Amino acid sequence: MSTLLIRGGRLLDPASGVDRVADVLVADGRIEAIGVGLGEAGVERVVDARGKLVAPGFIDIHVHLRTPGQEYKEDLRTGTAAAVRGGFVGVACMPNTSPVIDNAVTVTYVNTVAAQQGLCKVWPTGAITKGSKGAELAEIGEMKAAGIVAITDDGMPVENGETMRQAMIYAKQFNLMIMDHCEDKHLAGGGAMHFGKVSSLLGIKGMPAAAEEVHVARNILLSLETGAHVHIQHVSSRRSVELIRWGKAMGANVTVEATPHHFTLTDEIVMEMEYSTNTKMNPPVREAADRQAILDGLRDGTIDCIATDHAPHHVDEKEVEYQAAKFGITGLETAVGLVIDRLVKPGVITLEQMVRLMSTRPAELIGVQAPALVQGAAADITVIDLDRTWTVRAEEMASRSRNTPFIGWELTGAPYATVVGGVLRMEEMKVIG
Amino acid sequence: MAGLKRKDILGLREMSTEEIDLILDTADALKDIATRPIKKLPTLRGKAFVTLFYENSTRTAKSFELAGKYLSADAINISISSSSVQKGETLKDTARNLEAMGIDAVVMRHPMGGAPHFLAKHLRASVINAGDGMHEHPTQGLLDMLTIRQRKGGFKGLKVAIIGDIFHSRVARSNVFGLAKYGAEVWVAGPSTLLPAGFEELGVKVTTRVEEALEGADVVNVLRLQLERQEKALFPTVAEYSKFWGVGPERLKLAKPDHVLMHPGPMNRGVEISTSAADGEQSVILEQVTNGVAVRMALLYLLLGGGDAA
Repeated sequence: MSTLLIRGGRLLDPASGVDRVADVLVADGRIEAIGVGLGEAGVERVVDARGKLVAPGFIDIHVHLRTPGQEYKEDLRTGTAAAVRGGFVGVACMPNTSPVIDNAVTVTYVNTVAAQQGLCKVWPTGAITKGSKGAELAEIGEMKAAGIVAITDDGMPVENGETMRQAMIYAKQFNLMIMDHCEDKHLAGGGAMHFGKVSSLLGIKGMPAAAEEVHVARNILLSLETGAHVHIQHVSSRRSVELIRWGKAMGANVTVEATPHHFTLTDEIVMEMEYSTNTKMNPPVREAADRQAILDGLRDGTIDCIATDHAPHHVDEKEVEYQAAKFGITGLETAVGLVIDRLVKPGVITLEQMVRLMSTRPAELIGVQAPALVQGAAADITVIDLDRTWTVRAEEMASRSRNTPFIGWELTGAPYATVVGGVLRMEEMKVIG
Repeated sequence: MAGLKRKDILGLREMSTEEIDLILDTADALKDIATRPIKKLPTLRGKAFVTLFYENSTRTAKSFELAGKYLSADAINISISSSSVQKGETLKDTARNLEAMGIDAVVMRHPMGGAPHFLAKHLRASVINAGDGMHEHPTQGLLDMLTIRQRKGGFKGLKVAIIGDIFHSRVARSNVFGLAKYGAEVWVAGPSTLLPAGFEELGVKVTTRVEEALEGADVVNVLRLQLERQEKALFPTVAEYSKFWGVGPERLKLAKPDHVLMHPGPMNRGVEISTSAADGEQSVILEQVTNGVAVRMALLYLLLGGGDAA
């Protein structure tokens, strides 16, 4: 029985009504006691959390762990190492692997390897359609039985509205959320960045915001008709946020995530970084008004959660021409820093909102027990140093890939310790295990 | 003559007027070489460059090659079909192999915007952008500016009308970026499906009415129409394009009587420009071609350190 004492931090778990300075004693994977001045007798390890924030463990419901088939980009060891280094106790991984996770056998494979190699919880998602080709439904029920937490054709959006409608009707009976990467590929037109002034100046083919908005609107309307739970992935545009706000007001079962890069950057970054392919992601970062709408949505609660869309790629796939480069950037190891530096410190959201956006709500969305700072709960805990100023460095990253535009950024606020199932997996941004 | 304080020529957007002045002055000084009986200066003897073209081009590649020969540089030409861009050797590997063979500069045309910027980061050799996707074509922009300067004495206050497919045109972008720096009044005109976003913010006047752009223009620059755009539903027929946006003698009456008419070539006669206009008295289209060699000589001279031998 391993025991751990998290000493003297500010415990903040709004869902459990907890906001106090106290010690947390962890034993046997659970929170054994919460109190002031708990003794260290028999404790194997003490985490000094004085002056720090102790939160229910953070969960990222949108990551690409590239397993099976693309382990040269990331595997379940390196991906979960990046997760715990970034302060996450669990991640939901996307099924656009090679082969696609569209059947129970592949789901079981991911679960088995994750159990052997993973440093945090891994919840697989499954494809909506076979091979994510947008035609026939995947074995959604079989995959649910094998443990998936949602279905998605992330990266290869379901183009046919009727296919999506039937998928919603079918998924609903299994109580599965449909996560959708909203993109009309015809409107996106092979673009490599946001369509606007900057794409015009740089001579790069642009993707208009409407390419996302059209599918956001479609999905909301289909959700209203079918009652299925649709989750809009990585919202990027002002009108998408407005559509979702409208959909929620209409009673649609629609939820939405935003990424740190979409609330931090605009398309100007492509010019500032002179065509660096680490600014290429889909959906792209857009204009100031779009970024502001995402900030507003985070503040007013329209946006349910923060997810990273952690998308590792090999350097060979990024050290090419902008148009030829893969879409996607890594995000697990910079998310907490960006959330605190860009949202909490400037007063966009409160710490209570941060906990909801990064722990409680994402857990609810994928239907897993939300981490909580109460006696008897599973010990999934994220400790954060709100005041530490640090520089993002590629060589310190635990992910196998380093394709992020945030290298060299100085951020205030950093994950300090990650406890997964009672085991200390990270301390002072160093992975343990 | 002081050289340029940069390794690469990637676009006019990031260049200062001082740099552009230097290039144009140098081009003016070198221009007569092409009309001499002995077209050879020893200036760049012992220097080597490669033209690396991932898109078809006759004019630009040969213009660079001749510019190099007139200055005694050794040039080799490599053409790679654009369809092999994503299949074959990576751009970075191709260029680094050439660099390993000792070349001093790479002149590259590439179908993707920003490709020369990418290359410039990975090479010690100079990179000259000979056209990247729909981004920039700086040597075309410079030769257009040289032609305008020779004819009009400068740029400030000139009304310059650029007509055609502005959206996809690297020539339009380089002209806009360069001319706007000097206070020219730049208009772009074309069908709404072929106009770019955000040019107004650069102070450029954008219109779908070609007449509005031509009214009182000092310079009319007609762009080549890429006929395959029709298949992508950007305009219905060549005939309709020509009717609304084609430039011929009647429309040119709107421009100033002493206007100059330019076209970067190759022309689709009877489509974007009529033959009588193209071959008319105001046309400076062949002067542009001559100036193209001069500008490219100037750039090779300034980048490859010919300063000592001159």
